[in-house]
Amino acid sequence: MITNTGSRRLAVTAVGLGLIALPALSACSSSEASGSGESKTVTLVSHDSFVVSKSVLKDFEKQSGYKVRVLKDGDAGQAVNKAILTKDNPQGDVFFGVDNTLLSRALDNGLFQPYEAKGADLVLPEYRIDQDKHRVTPIDSGDICVNYDKAYFSEHKLKPPQSFDDLAEPAYKNLLVTENAATSSPGLGFLLGSAAHYGDKGWEDYWKKLKANGVKVVDGWEQAYNEEFSGSAGGKKAKADRPLVVSYASSPPAEVIYADPKPSTAPTGVATGTCFRQVEYAGLLSHAGNAKGGKALLDFMLSKEFQDDMPLSMFVYPVREAAQVPPEFTRYGPPAKDPETLAPAKIAADRDQWVKSWTSLVLK
Amino acid sequence: MKAGGPERTAGPGGPGGRDRAGRAPRRARGQDAARFALMALPVAFFAVFFAYPVAAIVSRGLHGDGGWQLGRIWDVATRSDIRHVLWFTTWQALASTALTLLVALPGAYVFARFDFRGKQVLRAVVTVPFVLPTVVVGTAFLALVGRGGLLDELWGVRLDTTVWAILLAHVFFNYAVVVRTVGGLWSQLDPRQEEAARMLGASRLAAWRRVTLPALGPAVAAAALMVFLFTFTSFGVVQILGGPTFSTLEVEIYRQTSEIFDLTTAAVLTIVQFVAVGAILAVHAATVRRRETALRLVAPDTTARRPRGAGQWALLGGVLVSIAVLLVLPLAVLVQRSFDAPGLGYYRALADDDGGVFLVAPIEAVGNSLEYALAATAIAVLIGGLAAAALTRRAGRLMRGFDALLMLPLGVSAVTVGFGFLIALDEPPLDLRASWILVPLAQALVGVPFVVRTMLPVLRAVDGRLREAAAVLGASPWRVWREVDLPMVRRALLIAAGFAFAVSLGEFGATVFIARPDNPTLPVAVARLLGRAGDLNYGQAMALSTILMVVCAVALLLLERVRTDRTGEF
Repeated sequence: MITNTGSRRLAVTAVGLGLIALPALSACSSSEASGSGESKTVTLVSHDSFVVSKSVLKDFEKQSGYKVRVLKDGDAGQAVNKAILTKDNPQGDVFFGVDNTLLSRALDNGLFQPYEAKGADLVLPEYRIDQDKHRVTPIDSGDICVNYDKAYFSEHKLKPPQSFDDLAEPAYKNLLVTENAATSSPGLGFLLGSAAHYGDKGWEDYWKKLKANGVKVVDGWEQAYNEEFSGSAGGKKAKADRPLVVSYASSPPAEVIYADPKPSTAPTGVATGTCFRQVEYAGLLSHAGNAKGGKALLDFMLSKEFQDDMPLSMFVYPVREAAQVPPEFTRYGPPAKDPETLAPAKIAADRDQWVKSWTSLVLK
Repeated sequence: MKAGGPERTAGPGGPGGRDRAGRAPRRARGQDAARFALMALPVAFFAVFFAYPVAAIVSRGLHGDGGWQLGRIWDVATRSDIRHVLWFTTWQALASTALTLLVALPGAYVFARFDFRGKQVLRAVVTVPFVLPTVVVGTAFLALVGRGGLLDELWGVRLDTTVWAILLAHVFFNYAVVVRTVGGLWSQLDPRQEEAARMLGASRLAAWRRVTLPALGPAVAAAALMVFLFTFTSFGVVQILGGPTFSTLEVEIYRQTSEIFDLTTAAVLTIVQFVAVGAILAVHAATVRRRETALRLVAPDTTARRPRGAGQWALLGGVLVSIAVLLVLPLAVLVQRSFDAPGLGYYRALADDDGGVFLVAPIEAVGNSLEYALAATAIAVLIGGLAAAALTRRAGRLMRGFDALLMLPLGVSAVTVGFGFLIALDEPPLDLRASWILVPLAQALVGVPFVVRTMLPVLRAVDGRLREAAAVLGASPWRVWREVDLPMVRRALLIAAGFAFAVSLGEFGATVFIARPDNPTLPVAVARLLGRAGDLNYGQAMALSTILMVVCAVALLLLERVRTDRTGEF
C-alpha cells in the first residue's frame, strides 16, 4: 500500500489533529436528543426549493409556541427517498414536497401517519386525494413546462417551440436542457408528460428523437435553470447557453418579480403544449418525535396566510379556496389551459419501469 | 486483557515459537485458546457491524413479494444500463491506472535516484492528495476544470462533463501511491548491479530491462493493483465530477438506493462489486507474496545523486512541471476560489446556520469530523490491534480465513454498509439509529484493515526467542506481550492509528448515509454544498475543503521536519 514513511506521516497528522480535537470532544455531550418528547421545536423536512416568507413563519411560531427548523434535504426525489430510508427514525416531524409523481412510493412505504389537517375541507376538489386515510395533505400545484429564452429566439429569428413535437425538430437542435427523471421532480414530470402525450408505446421513440436532437440532462432543477438556461437571471450570469429548459409555468413571473428594475414583459415564455400538472403534498411523518407540533404545522400550511404566501415565495399555485393568486401570475404566466395529466394509479404502476427505461435510453 | 483468562491454562512456559509447538501439544492448545480469545472481539465486531448489516440490506433487496428473487440477479446484471456501468467502471479504472503509471513512474524514478534541493518538501507535497478526502479532490478539480473554473475562464474549456476530469482526478489522488510503493523500492535497489551488467557489455536498455525491471516489476504490479482498486471503487470523485452520465458501480449503488430507490438493483450491484474486488485483492495478495522475494537492498541515501547532463535535468524538469500542473495547481485553484468573495465572505458564511443545508452551521462539521475520526481511530486500533495480535504467528487455514475476513470491508461498497447500518441496527438491544456512535463504527470498519496491515509485519518481525526468554523467566503471556511486543510495536501502533484516522476523516460513502443533518461531517457537508446551485454554496464548499486540506498539509509538513530532526540524531 504505502511505505512506512508515508504512514509515519499519517501518524503524526493523526496525533496533531487529535490534540486539536480533544477539547472539542470533551466539550461535546452528544447532541442527539432533538425533537423528542414534548419538544418545543418542530422540524420540517423538505426539498431544496422550499421557501417561506420569514414573517409568515414567525407568525406561526408566535401563534403556536413552536420553533420551526427547516431541513432542505436535496432534490425532491432524493428528499423523498431519504425520508423513506430513515422513516423509522425520521429526521423531522413533517415532510413537505412529495408530489403526485412520487406519491405512491411514499404511501406504499408507510412514510406518513394519518392526520386530517384543519382546513382540508377548503381544498379545491380537484386536488383532494387519499380521502379515507388522510395520510397526505395537498399544499400547492404547478405546471411543469418547457420555458424559452425570448431574447435568443428573437435574435435568431426563430419561432419558439410550442409542443412536444416541436422540441424534436432539427430547428431546435442542442437547445433544450432538462433534469434527470430519476432524481428531479420536474425531470420526472416532463417524462410523465411525454408518456401521457405519446402513450405507453410512443414515448420511448420520442425520447430517442430528443436525444438525437441533442437534449442535455443535468441532475437537478437548480442546475438546469440557474446554470444552463440562458433566459434566467442566474443563467445570464453564468453565461449559460441553452435557451430551452424544463421548468414551471410560473417561472416567467418569477423572472419579472425578482428583476431590478422590473421589465415590462417577462424575459422568458412558456411552451404551453409541453405542460404536466404537478401537485405537492405534505404529511405527518410516521414516528415523528413531535407529532403534536407537526400537526400544528400541517394546519398552518393549509391556512390562508401560508397559502397566500406560497405563490410569491415558491412560485406555485395555492390549493385552498379563495387563496390569492398575485396579478403577476396571470399577467406573465397563466396556468396551462390543458396540461397533460396521468391517473395516480397509472403513475404508481408504471413510473419505476419508465424511469429505468428512460435512464437506459437517455443517460447511458 | 482478553487473553488473561484462557491463557492461564497454558501453564508455565506460555507461548513458544511455532516450530516448537508440535513438541508440546498441551501448550499449543493453550496458545490456540489464547488466540481465539483475542479473536473473539474482532469477530464479534465484524459479525455485528459488518456481516449483519450488509446481509440485511442485500437480502432486503433480493427478497420481495413473499420469496427470494434470485432470478433478478441475472435480470439486473444483463440490463443494458447496468452493463454500461460495469463497462465504464472497468475501463475508467484501467485508464486511470495506466495514466497514473505513465505520469508517476518518472516521478518515482526522480524521487529514488536524484538528489535536489527541496526534495523533502516536494515529497510531502505529493503525499498531500492521498490523505485528502475524495470529496476535496473532486472539489479541487471542479475548481480547475468545471463551470467557471480556471480553464473555463482562461480558454473556455470545461472538462467536468467529460471523462477526463475523472481520470485526471484519479491521477492526482493516486500519484503518491506509485511514487511511494515503486519509488521506495527503487531507491533501495543497488545501482551497482545495473552498472555491473553494463560493465559486462550490456547496453543501457538491456541492463535496465534485465536487472532493474525484474526487481521493480512486482512493486509496479502491486502499485498498479492498488490504484486499480481505488479507482474501481471510486465514489466521491465520480459523484462530484461524473454528472448524471458517468457512474462507477459504487456511485450507481448510491443512485439506485438514494435516488431511484431500486433496492434490488443496488443489492445485485453490491454482490458484483464484492466479487470483483475480492478477485483484485486476491491478485494483490499474490503479488505482495512475490514481492517478498529476497532483493539486495541498500540505504536509499546512497543511491540518490544530483542529476547529470541535459537529459537528466530535462527529466527532473518534466517531473516538476507535471507535479506543478497536476498536483499543485488544482489545490492552488481550490484555495484561490475559497477566497473569491470580498472580506472572506465564504468563510464567514460557514458560521451561518440559515442556509438550511443542515440544521447547523457548516463550520460545525469540522468539529464533528474530528470527533468522529478520533472515536473511529480508537475503535479501529482496538479491533485491529487485537486481530493483528491473534494473527501474529502464521498458522493454519482458519487463521488465514480470519485474515481474509478482515480485508473484506475494503471490498464491500461503503454505501451498502452505511445503508445497512440504517436498516439493520434499529432494534433493541442494538438500536443505534439515533446514536452518534454509528458514524465512527462505520468509519472504523474501513480503518481496521489498514491497522492490521500495518501492525502485522512488525509484530511478525519480533524475534520469537525474546518472547520465549521472557516466558522462561516466568513472565505471564500478558506480561510477555506488554514487555516484549508492545515496546517494539509502539511506533507501528502510532502509524496504524494515523492510517485509521486519515481514512476515517475522509470516509464518505458510508457516512453520507448515516450522518445526521444536525451532525454532518466535513466530506458530507462539502458534497451537500456542492449539490446546490449558487455562488455562495459553491464558495462555502471550496472554503470547507480548503480548511480540511490545510489541516492535512500543515501536519504533513510538520512531520517532515520532525522526521529530519530525528534522523539528524542518529
